[in-house]
Amino acid sequence: MIKHFVNFERKQFFRSTYWQKSIALNILLGFFAVYMILSFLIMGIAIYPILEDKFPDKNPLTIINGILFFWFLADLMMRFFLQKLPVMNIKPFLILPLKRRKIVNYVLQKSAISFFNFLPLFAVIPFGVMLILNNQGTTTGIVWIGTMLIFTLIINFLNFIIESKSAETELSFLPIILIASALFALNYFEIVSFATLLGSAMNAIIGTPFLILIPILLLVGIYYSNFQILRKKLYVDEGVKSKTEEASTTNMEWTKKFGSIAPFLQLDLKLITRNKRPKSSIFILAMGLFYGLFFYPQPMYADKEWLYVFVGTFVTGIFMIIFGQFIPAWDSGYYKLLMSQNIKYKEYLNSKYSLMIMVSIIMFVLSIPYVYFGWKILVVHFATLIYNLGINVYVLLYAGSFNRKKIDLTQRAAFNYQGTGAVQWIVGFPLLFVPVLIFLLPYFTLGFEAAVATLIILGISGIVLHQKLMNFITKKYLQSKHKMIAAFEQSN
Amino acid sequence: MIQATNLSKKYNKNTVLSITELEIPKGQVFGLVGNNGAGKTTFFNLLLDLINPTSGSILNNEIQVNKSEDWKPFTAAFIDESFLIGYLTPEEYFYFIGELRGMNKADIDSFLKPFEEIFNEEILGKKKYLRDLSKGNQKKAGIVAALIGSPEVIILDEPFANLDPTTQIRLKKLLKDLTENSKATILISSHDLGHVTEVCERIVVLDKGNVVKDIITSEETLNELETYFSV
Repeated sequence: MIKHFVNFERKQFFRSTYWQKSIALNILLGFFAVYMILSFLIMGIAIYPILEDKFPDKNPLTIINGILFFWFLADLMMRFFLQKLPVMNIKPFLILPLKRRKIVNYVLQKSAISFFNFLPLFAVIPFGVMLILNNQGTTTGIVWIGTMLIFTLIINFLNFIIESKSAETELSFLPIILIASALFALNYFEIVSFATLLGSAMNAIIGTPFLILIPILLLVGIYYSNFQILRKKLYVDEGVKSKTEEASTTNMEWTKKFGSIAPFLQLDLKLITRNKRPKSSIFILAMGLFYGLFFYPQPMYADKEWLYVFVGTFVTGIFMIIFGQFIPAWDSGYYKLLMSQNIKYKEYLNSKYSLMIMVSIIMFVLSIPYVYFGWKILVVHFATLIYNLGINVYVLLYAGSFNRKKIDLTQRAAFNYQGTGAVQWIVGFPLLFVPVLIFLLPYFTLGFEAAVATLIILGISGIVLHQKLMNFITKKYLQSKHKMIAAFEQSN
Repeated sequence: MIQATNLSKKYNKNTVLSITELEIPKGQVFGLVGNNGAGKTTFFNLLLDLINPTSGSILNNEIQVNKSEDWKPFTAAFIDESFLIGYLTPEEYFYFIGELRGMNKADIDSFLKPFEEIFNEEILGKKKYLRDLSKGNQKKAGIVAALIGSPEVIILDEPFANLDPTTQIRLKKLLKDLTENSKATILISSHDLGHVTEVCERIVVLDKGNVVKDIITSEETLNELETYFSV
């Protein structure tokens, strides 16, 4: 049966229009993966001699064990944002002569062969080998590698639980951030020193290898509880159960001021507030707003003005990036209606444009308090706002005409955690880094003011050309209209 | 009103529709019948410019549909659930469509009055989103939305499927009233020979993309169709 499941998924993947259209994106992902693998490999090999050199009186293994807590925490966070949980359409299988147990086991085991479980191995195995080569004992090396492997799997299944739980609520990634910060804070303020605890646990396991049974039991336990959670979801009424939420009706009279785009604007606002997936982007906005606090308070970044460009583009453009890159896929469920209704494509796109620039301006206004950390920050944020309004917004709208992947807004089916994955972030990279690059050249040759002016001038020229750019983009959408309709018809 | 000339649609050499000449005059209630894969939905999709024809053209009131968008203001359709916006309540959906067709809320409210019987108190004022309605109720909402703004061309794909018997009968009455009181051209496809002969003035039978019968409805039509399809 597993053979069939694997086969179905292979077919679903390769037969979808999405795959055929985005080979470039897949190649980019491939490069990213290779880069991560190489970094981990180098880290795994080099860290032992480096630690030995820097702390000659300590055993590198003890140091590493002491910081494992942070490694695990980072692993968990990274998985939450980048790892996609296995998606499977279970309904067709439920009435087939198939043990439910098998389906659940398949889904869980599939998550174990994720890239994110192999990635740590590229650091863990070289380090283990280094342990053996440096006469720490063959058993030590093997036991260490084994324990790390078990912990990686524990994190994998822990993430599975957290992610499937938070997918059910509307808080999206709030729980993971709370859990991670709580753990970090407890450790940091030495209320419960997880780092030391984990370090001594690891040392104990290496000292008495049969203690490895404890993490194994932990792994079995977490697998079992995952199994129980998923098994419960395996009933159609769990997935199909009509969670008939009480509909809230708002008339949004204020949108009338926007004239012909008002109906679409209302539609977009309802789209965002009434569907789980776009709703989570509102929480990302909050995160985006506080992003600057990671950098600005630290003196080491105070003179790095190019960093302001990155933060500024992020703060004022975060909504654009997460909402804009799925235009027009947000409307994929009823795209045929829009295409056959009395709608001018240009108005439709203009409403998306207006929404994005409005949120950007609001985000800029909200980020004004950062001026506390220096007036230059405010200036740069303003420049990046103009850049976002003049360049990035059009790039996103233009890129949308290549969009071929349907978004299922309802997300009712169990096992459907579609959407959030590494791809989403990678698409955002050029939008965030290109302005930094543009800033850097005049910055080093002509100085800060010239660099800021460059961004503003670029942005303004985009804004001035608004009509022309919109006409061009509209033409692109019209050209790919039939392809989009056909692609959005596909259910997977 | 609608004129298809040398219209064909091929998917990789596989012809799914091939119509040399088909003209539907203004105000006609036109029925399209055929087994699965006969090309009914393909024809409607071509008429709505949702797919591109491989050859030929289709004119809607003298406007070639894949060349200009000017047919949109007087054409309305309900093909399937993908014409509904799931996260809106039925009222909001009607208002949205109304707004696109230049009708305000009050217009829509009075427009909806005559449909209360069909809605059977299950659609309006229920505080439910369209996605939470049953398939049949979704269909009712979609069909009614297609009538908003007195369009001159109304396209309904399988309007009777999924509806309960009471609504099927009410819908038939509604369509008949519509043809008597307006000049709208109505295109309907159906698998139900009984309904389609009752409602339509003219019936075209498609088989593997070709027009095989073109009948002006009379007493004998139902028999004729039943004999044709029982082979």
